[in-house]
Amino acid sequence: MQMKGKKGKAPKVPVKRVPLGKMVKRDIALWMFVLPGLILTFIFSYIPLYGVQIAFRDYVPRLGFFESPWVGLKYFKQFFESPYFFITLKNTFIISIYSLIAGFPIPVLLALALNSFKHKRYRKVIQTVTYAPNFISVVVMCGMLTLFLSPSSGMINKIIEMCGGEAVNFMANKDYWRHIYVWSGIWQSMGWNSIIYFAALSNVSTDLHEAAVMDGASKLQVVWHIDLPSILPTAIVMLILSCGSILSVGFEKVFLLQNPLNKGVSEVISTYVYQVGMINNNPSYSSAIGLFNSAVNAVMLIVVNKIARKGAGISLY
Amino acid sequence: MKIKESKVDKVFDVILFIILTAVLLIAAYPLYFVIIASISDPTAVAGGDVVFTPIGLTVDGYKEVFENKKVVGGLLNSLFYTAVGTCLNLFVTIPTAYALSRRQFAGKKFVMCFYMVTMFVSGGMIPTYLVVKSFGMLDTMWALIVPGALSVYNMIVARTFFESSLPEELWEAARVDGCGHFKYFVKVALPLSKAIIAIMVLYYGIGHWNNYFSALLYMKTEAKYPLQLVLRGILIQNEAALAQQVTTAAAQEAMQKQQALVEQMKYALIIVSSIPVMILYPFIQKHFVKGVMIGSVKG
Repeated sequence: MQMKGKKGKAPKVPVKRVPLGKMVKRDIALWMFVLPGLILTFIFSYIPLYGVQIAFRDYVPRLGFFESPWVGLKYFKQFFESPYFFITLKNTFIISIYSLIAGFPIPVLLALALNSFKHKRYRKVIQTVTYAPNFISVVVMCGMLTLFLSPSSGMINKIIEMCGGEAVNFMANKDYWRHIYVWSGIWQSMGWNSIIYFAALSNVSTDLHEAAVMDGASKLQVVWHIDLPSILPTAIVMLILSCGSILSVGFEKVFLLQNPLNKGVSEVISTYVYQVGMINNNPSYSSAIGLFNSAVNAVMLIVVNKIARKGAGISLY
Repeated sequence: MKIKESKVDKVFDVILFIILTAVLLIAAYPLYFVIIASISDPTAVAGGDVVFTPIGLTVDGYKEVFENKKVVGGLLNSLFYTAVGTCLNLFVTIPTAYALSRRQFAGKKFVMCFYMVTMFVSGGMIPTYLVVKSFGMLDTMWALIVPGALSVYNMIVARTFFESSLPEELWEAARVDGCGHFKYFVKVALPLSKAIIAIMVLYYGIGHWNNYFSALLYMKTEAKYPLQLVLRGILIQNEAALAQQVTTAAAQEAMQKQQALVEQMKYALIIVSSIPVMILYPFIQKHFVKGVMIGSVKG
């Protein structure tokens, strides 16, 4: 990622200038290779992209994407004026910033710890086990949460009772919802997200380490002065990428953990898009909300990238 | 060369060991608990007695799972969708990745741009739904597998692999001998690319197996539900339904027993639904990690 467009590209073999028609004819076999993908992507990515204009129209199924009457910004106005605008925006922001602040450093720290840990076999075991939760499906993850947190028979409540506390109905109490969402996510992804940092660390030359040790650096100093700076560029790129999706808290897990009791904190933009579009059957309004969401994401990505470029000289593009 | 470890370093090592062991336990215990809870006596699980080892071994939970028609149906559906879906994914992704890895392909830039755009902007849930609907795919398997037939990220991983593992000289040599792209792809490129095909099968296969969202959007008939959607019904939606049924004190005890069995069945269900992934896991781990590495070099 961090290499993009800068270095690391193989030197180009000079290609003779050939007229376009001839070139297409020469590469006809290769065009056949890419054709199925192009067609499918055109249909299922580009047509919906063009169909986003229903956000500016009153969608009537009979008339389709392009014939439905144009209403301009009606649905955007409706969203900005509805009470859900503030609630969903706030919930989305809080959840994603909380996930970012709590979830971003942990894989970095885990990778640093694993890298300084010299017992190879035990390290392998830890890695294998911490990657495993990543493969659990969202449904199973949320099912496990409901089982563990159940007020009558859940494992967590048994532990609380054993310690003399009282059972808590976690899923019914909206104060806990965000913590449950964020920390279960961290549990699931910390190992997996550490892979990329661990890989970056294994590229650090051992000469540097040896030299530092010769000069009398302690292990902690080695981590602080050599390991950490060497994965900083990777970390910043990952940070920029996650900021770009700050308003796209995934629908899947939120939706599964939602219930009427916690909707006040768990209704985010993507679940609201689903609610409006699929349940309330208002495709135009739903598309307008979705479009607003994507626009904010794009702006965030550009802004954060600018900040990172100014501050650390690192950029995505 | 051996340098005597200082005191600070020894403390550091000990702290590191403690932290990493804690991480290991945190990651492993919930998984371990699900396994032992699924084979223990349900009342012991509900009473909180099952902590480190299973108590009162039983397979009633698993019996319940396999007697449940919905679950078995979902399992079969998921297997079928995953198999067909993954084949389609490979059929679309691998040739695309191969073509884009060829240096002299004149359309390379255009095709790459075409795909990169879709990574950053998308039409969103509803417009995509409407397109799928207009093709008459609603409530059919095709709605689950056709729209996502090519994942740009996976395609880039495969392309990077081809770029680094198929030297240009090999193609030049084959071409001089009169070999076309199609023949070269089938006879040379594919046999040399078993590793990347394995990675793709795993990436896509697990994606299909774990996916519930497209089914939630597009599937209406219960008999066609994939496993994850069935799981959602049992694991997440019915707890509230059970809680409401407790009415009289007499019925309460019978209810409690039944509920304990239902809970045990849920644990068993989690295990059954994860078996395909678990079997592959040792194999997956190596390949998945490799995939992440390839992907991270050129994102």
